[in-house]
Amino acid sequence: MIPLSSYLTLGAIMFAISIAGIFINRKNVIIILMCIELMLLAVNINFIAFSYFMGDVAGQVFVFFILTVAAAEAAIGLAILVVLFRNRRTINVAELDSMKG
Amino acid sequence: MSFIEIVFYVFSGVMILGALGVIISRNPVHSALSLVLTFFATSGIWLLLEAEFLAITLVLVYVGAVMVLFLFVVMMLDINVTKMREGFMRFLPVGVLIALLLAVQMVLVVGPENFGFEVEQYASPERHAADYNNTEELGKVLYTEYVYPFEIASVILLVAIVAAIALTMRRRPETKYQTPGKQIMVKKEDRLRIVKMDAEKK
Repeated sequence: MIPLSSYLTLGAIMFAISIAGIFINRKNVIIILMCIELMLLAVNINFIAFSYFMGDVAGQVFVFFILTVAAAEAAIGLAILVVLFRNRRTINVAELDSMKG
Repeated sequence: MSFIEIVFYVFSGVMILGALGVIISRNPVHSALSLVLTFFATSGIWLLLEAEFLAITLVLVYVGAVMVLFLFVVMMLDINVTKMREGFMRFLPVGVLIALLLAVQMVLVVGPENFGFEVEQYASPERHAADYNNTEELGKVLYTEYVYPFEIASVILLVAIVAAIALTMRRRPETKYQTPGKQIMVKKEDRLRIVKMDAEKK
């Protein structure tokens, strides 16, 4: 049988991989959005593992809502990306400095 | 090694390889396809945890809708891949270092000492019987205890639909459009002009 710590370790490794992805692909907005999806997935694994080991279905309900919000976030993020590309002809993060941030 | 352990380690390995493929592949299309692989492996892990409804939802909603949307956008935009890769090698050591630190710290917290089988609270639970219905159990709490958050979630999805359409819709000035309101409101006097003139004489 698999202990709870194995699932939590898997979630931690996935989260660390997606953090590294944001660091090394810091020019490409699409990859950064994918890394955010990976992070949410890692968190969802933890929720479902705890839900199973504690015998409480509330964790799965929470994952359901996280999936909903993540889908909405991906849709709006990609829409912003398309508008950005249409106006600036680039999605390079380093060139998106019109707000002087 | 039992069958469940083999399944767990195979799916975990595929998942981690897929995640690595997402962050290091050169082409964004390959990244998106690796992410699809990761989602499939994750849904296998969730099946192992008896979350059947969410596992199927992950495949249907994420692989079927969200990742197809990602692929559409990646293929629609004309991205200069080589320019995007600038700084990849420069930030690689920093990224790997931070990821390793983060992983080690988190594993120290969630490792077997605190969440292993020895801890009584997290001992392996009983598997449910074959007639156990995960979807039914989820529905029972979702539509009673969590009905208010459920409705808020539906509003969030509606806002997302409206926002995505409002952001991306545009009127091209060079394209000709019909205006149905004006077409319906048109009267005979606007278009027809009766000219009074004398009859022609030869």
